[in-house]
Amino acid sequence: MVKVRLATPVLQDNDEAARENRELFRERGIFVLNLMSSPGSGKTTTLERTIERLPEGLRLAVIEGDIYTTRDADRIEARGVPVVQINTAGACHLDARMIKPALGDFDLGAIDLLIIENVGNLVCPAEFDLGEDARAVVLSVTEGDDKPMKYPLIFRLARVALVNKVDLLPYTDCDMEQLGRDMALINPELEVFPVSARTGQGFTLWMDWLAEQVRNKQAASQR
Amino acid sequence: MHEYSLVGGVVKQLQASAAENNIKQISRVALVIGKLTMAVPDALQFSFEAFRKEEPLLKEDAVLEIREEPVIGECKECQHRFEIKDYEFICPSCSSVNIKLVSGRELYIDYYEGE
Repeated sequence: MVKVRLATPVLQDNDEAARENRELFRERGIFVLNLMSSPGSGKTTTLERTIERLPEGLRLAVIEGDIYTTRDADRIEARGVPVVQINTAGACHLDARMIKPALGDFDLGAIDLLIIENVGNLVCPAEFDLGEDARAVVLSVTEGDDKPMKYPLIFRLARVALVNKVDLLPYTDCDMEQLGRDMALINPELEVFPVSARTGQGFTLWMDWLAEQVRNKQAASQR
Repeated sequence: MHEYSLVGGVVKQLQASAAENNIKQISRVALVIGKLTMAVPDALQFSFEAFRKEEPLLKEDAVLEIREEPVIGECKECQHRFEIKDYEFICPSCSSVNIKLVSGRELYIDYYEGE
């Protein structure tokens, strides 16, 4: 009987691929956002509204992760944004190795911002670094205010939370103060944007944040 | 249920290491997982059993041993070290929220045994 000590990270392959992706994004000065949420929170609608509000000259591309269908990708393509669909064929998350081949389908020189819409799931995607600059979680008020405490990792690792469907607040029991307190306990640096992707409420601040990140990334890459 | 892909990664690394060390069969694998990962021990065990049926490198009675690490934070203001319970990243000593994570995100193969 032999005992072999390894201390090898289980996600080593993923993390290496994520490093390579990140290096490529750095060279090209592309700001990459990993957009995560549970199913039905309004991720794709948030993305559609974001496309509508994009500042002049800011060039967006989208990677759509979906388990089987191309429905979300079709919605994005209809708006004239370059989109690549990744079907995970049953897998509950995207990983960094899936991103790399998808990048070959874009003209990377013509992109300022890449948004990767992850598979709808608050658990598994949190574990996989894709090489992104920031993670954003979309959480809708109809899901309830207990989500951060139930899925702490995704909120701990996110830079931004978009609290969506605030136009429906009068019809829910969601306590925005409780939600804010819980998110702050898990991640004091989390930036929270209350929005409604349906009405466009709150999108001015969100779009300002996004545009600023893109500018900072471009400036850092030119140094 | 991303535990299945996590165990897939474990098996891949075991294959590579076993080949290097000339080990034909593995009887025990020890994993360390932090409590701030989203990997559920039961789901890891379930996935391991599924791989064990297919993967000749794993003995049919091979054991997966899981050691869980607590979530430990260190206050950046007063350097106090403490266990983070209920995901409250707040220093019990000085109430600062400026907390560095010391442990809790581990996810690695500690060792394996075979012949």
